[in-house]
Amino acid sequence: MEMASLMQVLASGLLMGLLYALIAVGLSLIFGLMNVVNFAHGEFLMIAMYGMFGLWLVTALDPVLLAPIVTALMFVFGAVVYMGVVRFAMRARSNIMMAQIFSTFGLAIFMQGVAQYFFSPDYRSIPDSWLGGKTVDFGGVFLPIPQLVGGAVSIAAFVVLYFLMSRTDFGKSLEATREDQGAVALVGINRNRVFALGWGLGAALVGLAGAVLSTFYYIYPHVGVPFALISFVVVALGGFGSIFGALAAGMIVGVVEAVTTTLVPASMKLISVYALYLAVVFIRPKGLFGRL
Amino acid sequence: MSDATVETKAMRRRSSASKRQRHLVALAGVAAIGAVSPFVVTDVYLQNVLILTLMYGALAQSWNILGGYCGQISLGHALYFGVGAYAATYLFTAFGITPWIGLVVGGVLSAALALVLGYFCFSLKGHYFAIATIVIAEIGLLIVHNAEFLGAAMGIQWPLGPDSWATLQFTRSKVPFIYLALVLFVITWVVCYLIEGSRWGFWWRAIKDDPEAAQSLGVEIFQSKMAAAAVSAFFTAVAGSFYAAYVSYIDPESVMSFRFSLLFALPAVLGGIGTLWGPALGALVLIPITEITRSYLGGSGSGIDLIIYGGLIMFVALAKPEGLMSLFSGSSRRKPQ
Repeated sequence: MEMASLMQVLASGLLMGLLYALIAVGLSLIFGLMNVVNFAHGEFLMIAMYGMFGLWLVTALDPVLLAPIVTALMFVFGAVVYMGVVRFAMRARSNIMMAQIFSTFGLAIFMQGVAQYFFSPDYRSIPDSWLGGKTVDFGGVFLPIPQLVGGAVSIAAFVVLYFLMSRTDFGKSLEATREDQGAVALVGINRNRVFALGWGLGAALVGLAGAVLSTFYYIYPHVGVPFALISFVVVALGGFGSIFGALAAGMIVGVVEAVTTTLVPASMKLISVYALYLAVVFIRPKGLFGRL
Repeated sequence: MSDATVETKAMRRRSSASKRQRHLVALAGVAAIGAVSPFVVTDVYLQNVLILTLMYGALAQSWNILGGYCGQISLGHALYFGVGAYAATYLFTAFGITPWIGLVVGGVLSAALALVLGYFCFSLKGHYFAIATIVIAEIGLLIVHNAEFLGAAMGIQWPLGPDSWATLQFTRSKVPFIYLALVLFVITWVVCYLIEGSRWGFWWRAIKDDPEAAQSLGVEIFQSKMAAAAVSAFFTAVAGSFYAAYVSYIDPESVMSFRFSLLFALPAVLGGIGTLWGPALGALVLIPITEITRSYLGGSGSGIDLIIYGGLIMFVALAKPEGLMSLFSGSSRRKPQ
């Protein structure tokens, strides 16, 4: 392969990987906080994309302006899902893991149905935005602007998330609740409130990713499914609960996927991502950076 | 040990023996109802629902062996279902080998595959294990998707032939498939029944409840999980072969997608995992609802069928996490203080 085309492949893979990381980090955050895997995570992405599409239809504003609104709405949505569904799954006295897997999985199907009810199973797209249709030339490497912006948004989100988790009271209460759910009650932290905010934050992150993705990707009721699978791989590869792990694993997955695409038919591109995942967890059962 | 404790132990043993007898009577009842059902249910659509209910009952029971009794939550059983479906289909269409042999080949292949995969996966805990099973099943799906000799994405159509028990082709009536599905269900149930009373059954439950304590008491954890995986995979594959013969056309998405892995686990979870009747009860509730909402509401593409189906799963998981069977066992399931 020529140098320029190799660079092209690596750069596109890296940009997609940054977006994978942003999609997956909310899943990792929630898992780290309360040991719950959200099987509706892909549908959170899907609903954010439809949210963007719906707002765009109604307001005719540019997706760039709507992205913060979608993110904020997804924060509320995540908190509502915790209060309305997950909180009850956590109360199960037996089969807690089953209760949370299948309640969130039921939610996933429910959300697909709702999306189909309101928007039909058709493929939708947002044909033009301020970002759309342009590419930037980096010495022979051409990168589309939406993907470039997506990568930049992802990096910015990770920086904000890092400071949020390490420097603010909110982040500290999340960390404390993660470490000892019983003890935090003694210092006056309301566990349910922290969990609801954690779900809100996780959903806002995947919502932001969905807002970006909707500017260059088709929107349909099952769009979350392949991304959910990639998110599971990213999170488990990086280590459940590790924010840095999600970032690193997202980029690895993006690059591996892009390189594979040049070697095998497109329908097989994920096989190397899956194989990589298995290789890593068999050698390190907790993922690359997992503590849990 | 006082006389009183000896007495209660003997009583408990007696009551557990009579409980096992009651289970057999219940099975005989179910088998009898199943046997006469074709005479009562003559509508072809309802016969299809009945066949699928029995098949998913058998599949959920097979899943229950690993997921319920042994506590290893597999979300990748579609892989074994696909191996069974493709083994029977390929051997029949390419070499004319009867599906009766195909289903044994598929079952043995699946069991062997489960042993190989289990060797690697059983060191993974909790969610890591569950996600590894999803990923492995997806790899299987991708491989079949690109395997030309298995028809790749197009799938394989069974050749049309005369109705025959040798080729499991019955184009004129669904009744033979009702009996086949009933036999499949009864066999998987009896296997679970035998396992429940055997040393393996006690070992698996011990592993599920507390792996460390089980190990300290001398339970061979790894071998136990491997055995559960192999038995579970074998019967899942047999059901896969049956399904292929029944629908006589398979493609990768229609037998190996992630949806199926969940469909095998759901009835067991709904009815009550690690119980003899939970998977059957779950299938009896879930499959007719799924099929009927899909055919009456799904055709329009409005998504209402998905809303009802997803809402139902969510409701049961939240309202009855221990499964519907707990409605029947009442106070006897309560843990002694």
